Amino acid sequence: MKVSAIFKNGLTVAVVATMAAIAVPALAWEPTKTVEFIVPAGSGGGADQMARMIDGVVKKHNLMKAPLVVINKSGGAGAEGFLDVKGAKGDPYKIIITLSNLFTTPLATGVPFNWKDLTPVSMMALDQFVLWVNAETPYKNAKDYIDAVKKAGPLKMKMGGTGSKQEDQIITVGLEKQTGTKFIYIPFKGGGDVAVQLVGKHIDSSVNNPIEAVAQWRAGKLRPLCVFDDERMPYKAKVTDTMSWNDIPTCKQSGVDMDYVMLRGIFMAGGVTEEQRNFYVDLLKKVRATPEWKEFMEKGAFNQTALIGDDYKNWVAKEEQRHIQLMKEAGFLAAAK
Amino acid sequence: MAEISSLMHGFSVALSAYNLMLMFIGVVLGVVIGVLPGLGGANGVAILLPLTFTMPPTSGIIMLSCIYWGALFGGAITSILFNIPGEPWSVATTFDGYPLAQKGRAGSALTAAFTSSFIGALIAVVMITFLSPVVASFALEFGPPEFFSVYLLTFCAFVGMSKGAAFKTVASMMAGFALAAVGLDTVTGTLRLTFGHTELLKGFDFLIAVIGLFGIGEILQTMEEGLAFKGVQAKMNAKVVLETWKELPRYWATSIRSAAVGCFMGIVPGGATPASFMSYGVAKRFSATGDRFGTGEVEGVVAPETAAHAAGTSALLPMLTLGIPGSPTAAVLLGGLLIWGLQPGPLLFVEQKDFVWGLIASMYLGNIAGLIVVLTCVPLFAAILRIPFSIIAPVILVICAIGAFTVHNSMFDVWLMVIFGFIGYVFKKLDYPLAPLVLALVLGDRAEDSFRQSMLMSQGDMRILFANPLVGSITGLALALLLWPLLSALWTAVRKSLA
Amino acid sequence: MSDGNGGSRSVVSLKTMDVLVALIFFAFGLLVAWDSHRLGAKWAEDGPQSGYFPFYVGLIICFASLINVVLALRVKAAEGESFVSAEQLKLVLSVAIPTLFYVLVIQFLGIYAASTLFIAVFMMWLGKYGWLRSVLVGCGVSVAFFLMFEIWFHVPLPKGPIEALIGLN
Repeated sequence: MKVSAIFKNGLTVAVVATMAAIAVPALAWEPTKTVEFIVPAGSGGGADQMARMIDGVVKKHNLMKAPLVVINKSGGAGAEGFLDVKGAKGDPYKIIITLSNLFTTPLATGVPFNWKDLTPVSMMALDQFVLWVNAETPYKNAKDYIDAVKKAGPLKMKMGGTGSKQEDQIITVGLEKQTGTKFIYIPFKGGGDVAVQLVGKHIDSSVNNPIEAVAQWRAGKLRPLCVFDDERMPYKAKVTDTMSWNDIPTCKQSGVDMDYVMLRGIFMAGGVTEEQRNFYVDLLKKVRATPEWKEFMEKGAFNQTALIGDDYKNWVAKEEQRHIQLMKEAGFLAAAK
Repeated sequence: MAEISSLMHGFSVALSAYNLMLMFIGVVLGVVIGVLPGLGGANGVAILLPLTFTMPPTSGIIMLSCIYWGALFGGAITSILFNIPGEPWSVATTFDGYPLAQKGRAGSALTAAFTSSFIGALIAVVMITFLSPVVASFALEFGPPEFFSVYLLTFCAFVGMSKGAAFKTVASMMAGFALAAVGLDTVTGTLRLTFGHTELLKGFDFLIAVIGLFGIGEILQTMEEGLAFKGVQAKMNAKVVLETWKELPRYWATSIRSAAVGCFMGIVPGGATPASFMSYGVAKRFSATGDRFGTGEVEGVVAPETAAHAAGTSALLPMLTLGIPGSPTAAVLLGGLLIWGLQPGPLLFVEQKDFVWGLIASMYLGNIAGLIVVLTCVPLFAAILRIPFSIIAPVILVICAIGAFTVHNSMFDVWLMVIFGFIGYVFKKLDYPLAPLVLALVLGDRAEDSFRQSMLMSQGDMRILFANPLVGSITGLALALLLWPLLSALWTAVRKSLA
Repeated sequence: MSDGNGGSRSVVSLKTMDVLVALIFFAFGLLVAWDSHRLGAKWAEDGPQSGYFPFYVGLIICFASLINVVLALRVKAAEGESFVSAEQLKLVLSVAIPTLFYVLVIQFLGIYAASTLFIAVFMMWLGKYGWLRSVLVGCGVSVAFFLMFEIWFHVPLPKGPIEALIGLN
């Protein structure tokens, strides 16, 4: 933070934002060697898919001269990747895609890093969470299901999710608080596994991201009950024969007042120059303008909020506070060191 | 049969001069990736993925899957020649492959490995062609207790077979479990055994341990016995391929068993690495010459290679139909499908007929292309052993260092690899077996995760491991395999004492 | 270590090494058990805690290594048998020490320069090759790896001042 503050001297962020908006002048900084694109999660997951998507779009449309390489550093719930970028202070050849583990991992494990060690570049989208059940169950909406969970009694119904003390479990705990139920939360390694476990009826429900479960939904194996957001997803094109993403009610409408969206954003190492950051802000802006990206957004029913500059920074700061609060309530904070 | 006509259609899609060229390029690249421990199949596929966007999806996936086949073939080469597994699933190939090479039969070992890989993959592809709907739904039966029983079965198939002092085996295996536990615990999200060191967060990677224990350990050991690799006088002509082929039909039973193990583990998906270990263990137990395994038996190469390749191939089925990747490589292929706008899932076979059958056809063709490429290179590979030790040894050490570094892009891992090398040297001299350690390291945390997930599901009730016929029979089989040597040892002991 | 007369002089006996390694195992097991105990090694309501398995794994290591110590001390056959002779040790160290240096040098010179150096030195010292040949082989291998990793597969490996000088990083 200190170093980046020095670099920022004299440049207001408003100017930066406008500079990024108009095309970057020909003499602006650009990478001259391989850029590492760190994914603090395993291969095949949501963050990994998005990173490889960005990589593919950059190469397909020739948006950058230097090569981009996606590297998975998933160790310690992503701590490996974050520590790597934290350690590369001032190095403009490393960018990292984040998910909620940007907040949850340091809070839950006490690993020493914070988003303030990094330079926020751009928010790409927000990922939604949907409450899913197996299509063969009789529950038609969230209320039916919650009633059934209540009726079954505490620790009878199984909720599957990705990882422990991360977004899926936070949502589960929020759901329990809201409805006075108690699930058995079973952590799995990846979102795809969770969806398959739900199809195989080894668990009763999940809070998969849309993209993790959409294939099973289309095949009629899973049923979405509600989306954990303030408003419905905007995509009106039919996904199954009868439903679009837009037809899924919000959980609030279904009587469960819980909302949670997950950041899919890009950061750089701390201590890079404005010029260097602007290159990536601009690059990612171009990525978001491609038809491939739009298609990807629609397929995964992402919330297409994209922020840069101070807006992004403030959003992240607010979200951090919210996670501290949520994790404190859930009892997930690491023991004080 | 609908499948036959679909497959024929698939061949017509796949069989163009352009696609055939891509196949050969893919296989050659794959072999290179497989040979270098630093480049995994996932690595190569991921990096070449963007290049394939300019091609039609079917051509792209054909090239990518050929890289995948090439990598599966290539992993065996360094295992046999230098005791360095290029890929995790070729660890079990070193057990007999390397001793064969030391006896001067590197050519035979390579031929046997490639041929059985081919057969394993072929059986798996045939299964995918005709049984995919049935088999895909079988994977859905597998929840945490079932996974645990499969891992248990792998252990039970493998233990009790290593020679040497029993308590050294125990110590070695438990050390493997302890190393596997280092890092983040999936079930509770707490850090274990890291002692506050951020370097240890990511845990001990299987590949780094294996490169050190097997590769570096072997070089130190070789050094002690003088400046040369054994097996220099190996036969290098192409006849060795035909001679080995004459020998292979003898092991038909092992091949079929191993292919079955491999297909099962691929579909579940349990992975190619456990499949190769399980298959090796089972083959040793059932083979007439089982007690000679580990000293350079061709059958000991056939078993793990057939299973690894069958598993690697059939792992593509759950990826296509369920979207769950059975291996890291399959995971990257999955990412590729998504970028092409192909959503893996139950509907892929219905909506994307051209693509799916083109891919299946390319599995047949890619394998044949792969086999031709690697077999013609057998004399070339074997000739590497003729390079003087003082040239090849430092090159191997460099490859090992690069390999260890690339796993996590970390220098710490390179040091770790060197330390594992010394450990491997000392263990070998003191008769601590390495295989149980490696197996525990690769399966330890997966087994523990699935066990604890099961316990969460049942709220601590062990009966969940026998709750349905599927999990009950796998667990039962595992326990029988485990107790078998104990019981038979007990029986002989009793008989001896009575006599 | 001065004379390798037949390589028969033992540096350390098999027995000593056996006992020593078993004791190291014991210490390792103790460490594992101790840290797992700290995390909680009980069987809770909903299954084992995160330290449960490692704790017992640690205890089993301790137990097995104690037996290994006893066995090593008692077995007669190992009496006087050598773990490594002076001549063997010299040969092993002649690989081990350059390897350690090599890994150390990677951190300063990057992997390509260090590898060139390592291969060349190894060939000259142990293989008694001429310097020209050694350097050529070293350079050749490094260039091949550079092309393969950096150019073909875009795998960035550690680079040092020499690459920076010729603008290759």
